[in-house]
Amino acid sequence: MTGETLHHAPGPSLQLLTQEIPVLIVDDLSKTYADGTQALAGINLSVHPGEIVALVGGSGCGKTTLLRLIAGLDQASGGCVQVDGETIREPHPDVGVVFQEARLLPWLDVADNVGFGLAGLTGSEHRGRVVGALERIGLAEHADRWPRELSGGQQQRVAIARAFVTIPRVLLLDEPFSALDAFTRRDLHDQLLNLWGEAKPTILLVTHDVGEAVTLADRVVVMRPRPGRLDETIVIGPARPRDPVAAHHENAVRRVMAALDRSLRPAAAHQPLAPEDRATWW
Amino acid sequence: MSGSITAVTAARVAAARAHVPVPPWRVLAAGTVWLALAGLTLALPETGDFPRTAAFAHGAAVIGLGLLPLGLLGARLGGFGARLQHWSPWLAALAIALVAWEVVTAKFCLLPMPFFPPPQAILEVFLDDWPRLGGSTLNSLILLAGGYAIGAGFGFVLGVAIGTSKAVGYWAHPVLRFVGPLPATAWLPLAFFVFPTSWSASTFLVALATGFPVTVLTWSGVAGANKAYFDVARTLGASPSFLVLRVAVPAALPHVFVGLFMGLGGSFAVLVVAEMLGVKSGLGWYLQWAQGWAAYANMYAALIVMALMCSSLITLLFRLRDRLLAWQKGLVQW
Repeated sequence: MTGETLHHAPGPSLQLLTQEIPVLIVDDLSKTYADGTQALAGINLSVHPGEIVALVGGSGCGKTTLLRLIAGLDQASGGCVQVDGETIREPHPDVGVVFQEARLLPWLDVADNVGFGLAGLTGSEHRGRVVGALERIGLAEHADRWPRELSGGQQQRVAIARAFVTIPRVLLLDEPFSALDAFTRRDLHDQLLNLWGEAKPTILLVTHDVGEAVTLADRVVVMRPRPGRLDETIVIGPARPRDPVAAHHENAVRRVMAALDRSLRPAAAHQPLAPEDRATWW
Repeated sequence: MSGSITAVTAARVAAARAHVPVPPWRVLAAGTVWLALAGLTLALPETGDFPRTAAFAHGAAVIGLGLLPLGLLGARLGGFGARLQHWSPWLAALAIALVAWEVVTAKFCLLPMPFFPPPQAILEVFLDDWPRLGGSTLNSLILLAGGYAIGAGFGFVLGVAIGTSKAVGYWAHPVLRFVGPLPATAWLPLAFFVFPTSWSASTFLVALATGFPVTVLTWSGVAGANKAYFDVARTLGASPSFLVLRVAVPAALPHVFVGLFMGLGGSFAVLVVAEMLGVKSGLGWYLQWAQGWAAYANMYAALIVMALMCSSLITLLFRLRDRLLAWQKGLVQW
């Protein structure tokens, strides 16, 4: 499997990333609902090609809302989202999404679900891409099955394959592993990184799981609620694979936990940061 | 997980059951009852003149004699043998019912005669009047197929349009609410007056009876389609027409089939009434005609044909549903 070797290869260096032009730019984005509830206020975020950024935060801090705006599924009240310099107003072929639930179309078999977004290919090209994607997630023998015949983990793998097979520039993952058990989740982390290693799309991952954020992301951005806005950023660094029992890993988890804890406190009680916890903005 | 375990257990139980040798006496017993029916029909004197008594008895004897070797061959017949085993109690019960029917009508005349003809009188209708009965069945089928296809097609398109377009919904919804619940038979006098032929009027009525439930259920299926599927399809680059044809319609299909079943039931009712009142052919007309001549055996024969026709059409629709909705689980078996 080619993904295996890419998995262990070192990622692009931090210095190199910072010099590149961001592929995803979120500029002063805000969202206010019709009833006056302000869901998001002044979100600014730049993500570089091939970078994996995790968004963590408490419930109701607007993580999913932010992802839906970037995906073009909802309209922003102010500001804009740009992918490769192009403003996103509706779903864009360069932006793929994996939702919390697999959301496979139940009337299509596994292969047709994976190939659903593939357009403008000949029959054999189409088949080749689908079969390749299914092989890489280890579900080639399930190509003819109905989604209901798969386990939750298998369904989510199909959803991930469906998002990767169109080779998007930016991939948005909205808590894709939160409904799965810990073992399945670790397995899927590896498969996700394998798939990511091939075309290295930019990934924006929303998660509740700090361990997951630290395992997968180059940096972790903490959101704070009411209205949702970005708080601190903890840099994890590009080295992969990550060892979950390494001291460095545990330290990173602790730093994210501390930042989350601060984000949930009222703004007035916000203490100055200790030097090692200070937010690092790109 | 538990689902697959239950499935495995069920499969094992079924396999164990299949290995238990079912005694051949069940099929043999059924064959014996049919032979008894034949003997009884030939032996007992009759209280009326029924030209087809011998044919009826011979038919029963052929069935009985056929069942005996099949019962002896038993398991060697494979799937057919297993099905025969399964249905042999029913075959026996059918023969017993025919014996009882034969006894209370032709043999001892316990039921008032012209209204309750013996089985050989109905057999006589099938043997002697089959051109008229067959023609009527064909005409009914043609009328039903035309009206049903128009109604189902129109209802489906209208349902999708109401479910996906606000403008169509605005104009069609009040009309549908006002006119839809009206039973199609209520249109009958008007239809026969407005349409040039009774055949076109009947087609219209069958289409109307089919169209209303198909429209409403297609609409509700499209409107109730999970919005999550639309989000997924949009992020994968689906155009608005693609969203309708490849997401909304498949998602609505289970509802559409409920509408198609309801429409089929309604169309049977309208078909018979329309044929009784206006059309000069078809099974409804045949029933009416038989009643006029006090030919009650013909009436029973027509009822049997009608039951077979309606049941076969429902079965056909179930087969179509099982094919198109194979992705759904927990489907009712017909």
